[in-house]
Amino acid sequence: MSPVSRGFRGRRPSSDKASRLPPGQYETRDFPVLSAGPTPRSPLDKWDLTLTSVAGKTARWTWDEFQKLPREKITTDIHCVTKWSKFDTQWEGVSIDTLLSEASSRGVVASPYVMAKCDGGYTTNVPLADLVNGKGWIAFIYDGAPLHPEHGGPARLLVPHLYFWKSAKWVRELRLMDQNVPGFWEDAGYHIYGDPWREQRYTGD
Amino acid sequence: MTAPAPTRIEWRLGTVVEVIPETSRTRTVVLDVPGWPGHRAGQHVDVRLTAEDGYQTERSYSIASAPEDRHLSLTVERLDEGEVSPYLTEELRKGDKLEIRGPIGGYFAWDISVGGPLLLIGGGSGIVPLMAMLRHREIALKARDRATRRQIPARLLYSSRRWDDIIYREELARLAENDNTLEVIHTLTREQPEVWNGYRRRIDRKMLNEVGWPAAENPRIFVCGPTPLVESAAATLVELGHQPTLVKTERFGPTGGTG
Repeated sequence: MSPVSRGFRGRRPSSDKASRLPPGQYETRDFPVLSAGPTPRSPLDKWDLTLTSVAGKTARWTWDEFQKLPREKITTDIHCVTKWSKFDTQWEGVSIDTLLSEASSRGVVASPYVMAKCDGGYTTNVPLADLVNGKGWIAFIYDGAPLHPEHGGPARLLVPHLYFWKSAKWVRELRLMDQNVPGFWEDAGYHIYGDPWREQRYTGD
Repeated sequence: MTAPAPTRIEWRLGTVVEVIPETSRTRTVVLDVPGWPGHRAGQHVDVRLTAEDGYQTERSYSIASAPEDRHLSLTVERLDEGEVSPYLTEELRKGDKLEIRGPIGGYFAWDISVGGPLLLIGGGSGIVPLMAMLRHREIALKARDRATRRQIPARLLYSSRRWDDIIYREELARLAENDNTLEVIHTLTREQPEVWNGYRRRIDRKMLNEVGWPAAENPRIFVCGPTPLVESAAATLVELGHQPTLVKTERFGPTGGTG
């Protein structure tokens, strides 16, 4: 299909690593930063996280309340649409399952889609099914330390089985939706779902 | 909700029509790409290489050429530990084929309809998408009257290590010479020529204050370069009162320090 690039030999990953790399990805040991604008800074005493239902019911946690929720440790590979993957990243966060069950007692009814809304105006859409049953978290610790603002601190969404732009930095609200509405990058030509194993980088992939 | 199936961005086969050495580490690859759908200045492409045994790898590179240019140009910096950039900067030659797909990215993009003032801040090979904007601006404004040109003044603040590391040095000088609404300001952070009246430090608040427009004039700002430069410049611009939504960034490389 693709023609051979004359003189290109390439640097193949070892077979155990190759099996962990989705198509078109390469391993990096750095942690590159990709953001469309300046890094927003949210003081923790002003920070809160809100879960909003279609009917407008909300569940809200201040930073202190959020810190008291049961947290989980996550070790996972992450895959950025700009081609790098990073293996065995270590996080701590509160699962979306936990947030949803807390919120349902406050009248927040689940819906099939979620829009993550962030400080700085960033948004991304994710089906709810991709956030529940241990697949999504609000992460606030990376590598044993508070998550650095460049990487989305104080807290970011973590949905590691999708391209990493779905793991929205600086997340402040999860808004439940009946319909799948594109977020920031999805509106700018990136794939509506973003499965790295199907190489769904851009619209129509 | 039955929208037509979105069109996929297809892989296309370009032919190298020219390679232009820019600096000791960078080279421009000029491609003829049949069927290229056009792009906006600031967008990038994916490049895919295939070895004889079928092994493939992909990377992203900013487009250096203006949308109006006949050919598509990529300027690539060789990274010593890189897998693809050494191939593109050292092996690839005229007549070779290169698989690309794009254009990608619609946010870090500018054309004259967006308006100005246009403030561009670049570090190292971060100049590439900014150069596409300046090339586009030059061509697009050529056809316009002087009043339009004055409405879209542009300034480039460009940080390089040394004089010889400045990518597009002569073209930038020529653009600025022929256009009194364009200013090109260099800072050389590591080593300066014997006679040098320009900046000789990393981009900082004082420099951005001196070079940029006041926030009240709402300049469109694009910052591209290594992560620490972009993080620091973008944060400083916000401190200086610029609206975060008018500061568009593209970062490359690892975070500085612990990251």
